[in-house]
Amino acid sequence: MKFTKTFIAAALASAVSGAAFADGHEVKVIGVSIPAATHGWAGGMNFHAAETVERLEEVYPGLDFVLATASDPGKQVNDIEDMVATRNIDALVVLPFESDPLTPPVQAVADSGAWVTVVDRGLSVAGIEDLYVAGDNTGFGTVSGDYMVSKMPDGGDIVVFRGIPTTIDNERVDAFTAAIEGSGINVLDMEHGNWNRDDSFTVMQDFLSKYDNIDAVWASDDDMAIGVLAAIEAAGRDDVQFVLGGAGMKEMIKRTADGDAMIPANVTYPPSMIATAIELTAVGLTSNAPVSGDFVIGSVLITQENAMDFYYPDSPF
Amino acid sequence: MRLPSMSVLGPIIALVVLLIIGAMLNSNFLSAANITNVLARSAFIGIIAVGMTFVITAGGLDLSVGSMAAFIAGLMILVMNAALPSLGIGIPIILLGMLTAIIAGMLAGLLNGFLITTLGIEAFIVTLGSMGIYRSLVTWLADGGTLSLDFGLRTFYRPVYFDGILGISWPIIVFAGVVIIGEIIMSRTTYGRHCAATGSNEHVAHYSNVNVRRTRLISYAALGILVGIATIMYVPRLGSASASTGVLWELEAIAAVIIGGTVLKGGFGRVWGTVIGVLILSLIGNILNLTDFVSPYLNGAIQGVIIILAVILQRERKAAS
Repeated sequence: MKFTKTFIAAALASAVSGAAFADGHEVKVIGVSIPAATHGWAGGMNFHAAETVERLEEVYPGLDFVLATASDPGKQVNDIEDMVATRNIDALVVLPFESDPLTPPVQAVADSGAWVTVVDRGLSVAGIEDLYVAGDNTGFGTVSGDYMVSKMPDGGDIVVFRGIPTTIDNERVDAFTAAIEGSGINVLDMEHGNWNRDDSFTVMQDFLSKYDNIDAVWASDDDMAIGVLAAIEAAGRDDVQFVLGGAGMKEMIKRTADGDAMIPANVTYPPSMIATAIELTAVGLTSNAPVSGDFVIGSVLITQENAMDFYYPDSPF
Repeated sequence: MRLPSMSVLGPIIALVVLLIIGAMLNSNFLSAANITNVLARSAFIGIIAVGMTFVITAGGLDLSVGSMAAFIAGLMILVMNAALPSLGIGIPIILLGMLTAIIAGMLAGLLNGFLITTLGIEAFIVTLGSMGIYRSLVTWLADGGTLSLDFGLRTFYRPVYFDGILGISWPIIVFAGVVIIGEIIMSRTTYGRHCAATGSNEHVAHYSNVNVRRTRLISYAALGILVGIATIMYVPRLGSASASTGVLWELEAIAAVIIGGTVLKGGFGRVWGTVIGVLILSLIGNILNLTDFVSPYLNGAIQGVIIILAVILQRERKAAS
């Protein structure tokens, strides 16, 4: 809805402006291609992409944006081909649905001389992109592990919820395990909650049946944390002191800000990284500031003190 | 006194074996809390699977139930949130939500049934299509995020999943009620016989004065209503719906029906068998979570073996008859 509007607005604007200013210098076009909003995090990413595009069109009169969302890799390839063929883009900001199928079309865009910014998920071939903006999965695990250690100086028994079996999940869990190494924190059990509320609810119910005492939970994701909290509440257990989620869902940030003892902290893996990527690309196209290279967005610990800095009430996530 | 055939005994034996294994592996397995958890979480699939038993017995199939549940859950949340300012928190708004779920389920079921019976399109194709449509609609309603019930409303509605009578929670009570009614209809009424006749041989049924089209249409509509009832139980649990709600429920329901001894091609259905099928599937997951003995990744493999075994046992029955 909002995207279509932006798309139509951009199309109209370029039709009216005839892709050139009255004083003769050219309007540059930035294409943004991202996966559609099929789950919370992606929904947040879509929200931030649309918002950034809207804002930057005000800021840079010499820039036009084309935003396309794809529900599968095939459609994303088509989107990018269309951008090149019909809009003659000067730069492409892409969050690849999957690395392999998106590598050749993005390579073709780069070969045509356009600037390429890749976000979050790398391509299969190194060196195609001019700028790589990504979240820090290892940092995510380390920050989470360090927080657990600081919160439980005398050690304790925890259970760990993993996401969908992927390299992302492996990097996070390996870093977390390394961070709590030798701290007296004992991982009773690890299970995949698949970043899903219902699965996590079920797994937590079974953990509560299996273990008489659980001191804390690393849910590693806010959707999973919601399922975990519901299971604890239903079982009426008071041994669990706190649950550490992650990714900064707005409802959870709010609870941390309000001082909820069960949700004392959060760790960021911001869907707004798409905004960083679009901003940097715009800066690169409109100024002499060099922006090529890798930009890794650190995972930050959110506590009650700084929670409101990370609270976006309008975002779907 | 002849022993019942293996197709009847098989699922029961499997269930008993699972119970023994579970009890041996973990002392908490037979605790009231764990049994309640497993039965309550089986209730969603269980209620849907009872309806699926009728659809499959009548020679049909419905792949859209998981997406339908997600869509109805989303719709219910939207309607209740929208009515909150005018109705306030109380029984009326809950009833409004429940009514929304049941009517939406019935309409969705009737739509599937209409396309299949009146327009004569394959059930597999129609429900494959509606599965995509409902999944897409719930994603669109939630704007890609999660639809959440107003917090105060959720607190008020929670007891529908977590509380009950005499320590038996509502989902279990409703599940039991649906099973008992379903079993009576299937084995003791004309409609149950019509379902079996229709699934067994459409033409013969038609010439024996069975209204084949109506029998099938009713089975899809009833399944839709049961999806609505399952959703009424599902929403108070976490108070939210998203694009990942109810994923693969249709396959779990179909698997439970098959394990229970209903024939996939239609013509023979067993509601009580379906219940055993549902319990077997959820117990496998529960036991794997309670032990460190086998990786939970093998959950699907164990379920797959049981499904195939169940069908092998069915063939033996066919040969006997």
